[in-house]
Amino acid sequence: MSEPSLLDTGIVGGAPEAAAAADAAGTADKPRGLWSDAWYDLRRRPLFWISLALVVLVVLIAAFPQLFTSIDPNAADLKRSNEGPSSTAWFGYDLQGRDVYARTIYGARASVVVGVFAVAFATLFGGVVGILAGYFGGWVDSLFSRIGDVFYGLPFVLGAIILLFTFVGSAVNPSKTKIIFLVILAIVVLTWPGYARIIRSTVLSAKHADYVLAARALGARPSRIIFRHLLPNCVAPLIVLATINVGAYIGAEATLSFLGVGLRPPVISWGVMISDMQSYIRVAAHAVLFPAIFLSVTVLSFVMLGDAVRQALDPKLR
Amino acid sequence: MGRYTLRRLLQLVPVLLGTTFLIYWMVWSLPGDPFAGKCGDRPCPDSYINAAREKFNLNDPLLVQYAKFMGGMVQGNFGETLSGRDAIDVIAQAIPITIKLAIVALVLEALIGLGAGVLTGLRRTGFLDNLVLLSTLLLIAIPIFVSGFLAQFLFGVKWGIVNPTVSFEAPWSELLLPGFILATASIAYVARLTRTSIAENSRADYVRTATAKGLTRSRVVGVHLLRNSLIPVVTFLGADLGALMGGAIVTEGIFNIPGVGGTLFRAIRAHESSTVVPLVTFLVLVYLLMTLFVDLFYAVLDPRIRYE
Repeated sequence: MSEPSLLDTGIVGGAPEAAAAADAAGTADKPRGLWSDAWYDLRRRPLFWISLALVVLVVLIAAFPQLFTSIDPNAADLKRSNEGPSSTAWFGYDLQGRDVYARTIYGARASVVVGVFAVAFATLFGGVVGILAGYFGGWVDSLFSRIGDVFYGLPFVLGAIILLFTFVGSAVNPSKTKIIFLVILAIVVLTWPGYARIIRSTVLSAKHADYVLAARALGARPSRIIFRHLLPNCVAPLIVLATINVGAYIGAEATLSFLGVGLRPPVISWGVMISDMQSYIRVAAHAVLFPAIFLSVTVLSFVMLGDAVRQALDPKLR
Repeated sequence: MGRYTLRRLLQLVPVLLGTTFLIYWMVWSLPGDPFAGKCGDRPCPDSYINAAREKFNLNDPLLVQYAKFMGGMVQGNFGETLSGRDAIDVIAQAIPITIKLAIVALVLEALIGLGAGVLTGLRRTGFLDNLVLLSTLLLIAIPIFVSGFLAQFLFGVKWGIVNPTVSFEAPWSELLLPGFILATASIAYVARLTRTSIAENSRADYVRTATAKGLTRSRVVGVHLLRNSLIPVVTFLGADLGALMGGAIVTEGIFNIPGVGGTLFRAIRAHESSTVVPLVTFLVLVYLLMTLFVDLFYAVLDPRIRYE
């Protein structure tokens, strides 16, 4: 698959404009800031509400799967192996005779956890590195940028395969939490430079803005300039990238699980289900189809949400 | 420009060294003994293991091993695979096939993505625009292994239009479907990038001037608007070639294409640093050089950009 890092090409481009818009909005007739302006715009987009509803639904399923099914996802009845959808089991049964609907519902949690936490850690780490590199420049910038290049140049799937073979393979009988944590770690290690690059370029263009010069002239310390002035003005493109990447990482997790190096039983995830049943697609297509649909819709809703937020935050696109 | 190119080329060196070292170190630290299963049912005699470890320099400190390996690689001596084949043969067999696949994907990406982007960028409302926006979202959202499987199942197995898998020689015609699958997400990006870029530029002053001069619509669009709007798209396409080659593992796996992806996957499992490291170096090098080339090409396409 194409790497999630592709997402930052062409998707996020409005950082200086967004900051400029925030400045302009402050002095214009309508006294709305960047965020309330974006919210004003978002409320009018049906696509935003549809994707938000889907995202909330997926998060709800992930948090409380027992609300949506009362069937044990691990209860196997071999008599029912590969049985098709029926009124008792809407999505049919898989090879082991496990209920595909229950497994699909319970599979949401691992996927969402991987997506959300990988994005959170990568944003945090990449953001800190990017701000430091952009603000201090010089050898700090060169060092961080070259280290970032090392990880960014590696093709994502390939790097993840090697990392996960090393991590997961060396752990003896790893627990569920550990497997999930290692997959998150692999995604973060390989994708943080994307965030660092974006925030670095925004900081570079914002650090010579008048409000930063003014703050420095007033004797503000670097930490104050970064947290009070640079961060609020540079965070918009990061938020857009993060939202879209939740979807991208869920897809990436499924891809890695499909290749047999990501999540694995006893963890239930959509990628694991598809990987388990791929060889039986001709006799039990339903067992592959339903998790695939859930996976695609989830990725789609996060990508749509990020897309809507980006359009709201980027005044050039209006 | 010359100085800028030189500086960028020099910056490649530490990145390339870092990547290859990382890969080399990780391949040998993969869990499990690479020589354990080599002697059939009985455990390998110590003499064999010692000889094998000596052959792959495993008794030296890590940095020395790495230096020896890189020294050999620079001289074109890649060493042997664990099964005794010359690593360079394996590599030479895999790389052209992946390049072919990536080129097919890139051509499809340019044709379909540009076409859809230009069409919708010129008329930003209506049914066609919404259709393209929606289908690009779908292309981005469906993971490649799902769309690849679906396409293989439908076109290859159910309707029998194409071969479900690609034969060993990988002729161009059989690579069409895998190439399209590999390109799906990129097609969507190209379409959206073109659309935004054209829509932005069509409001620019030079377009109004050209129209005011009395030029025909086709000349305004074809010569003035397109040339300026396609700059970011062309650079994206260039940078994407590297990403396509590195990202082909899943597509190659599904369609059984004997390219870099499959070779790498097998080699990683077997701890074969003699194939893994050169292949990864190649992929990273392609990616880095394409990025550099695109950056330089940007200045050629757009004279407003100057590198000092």
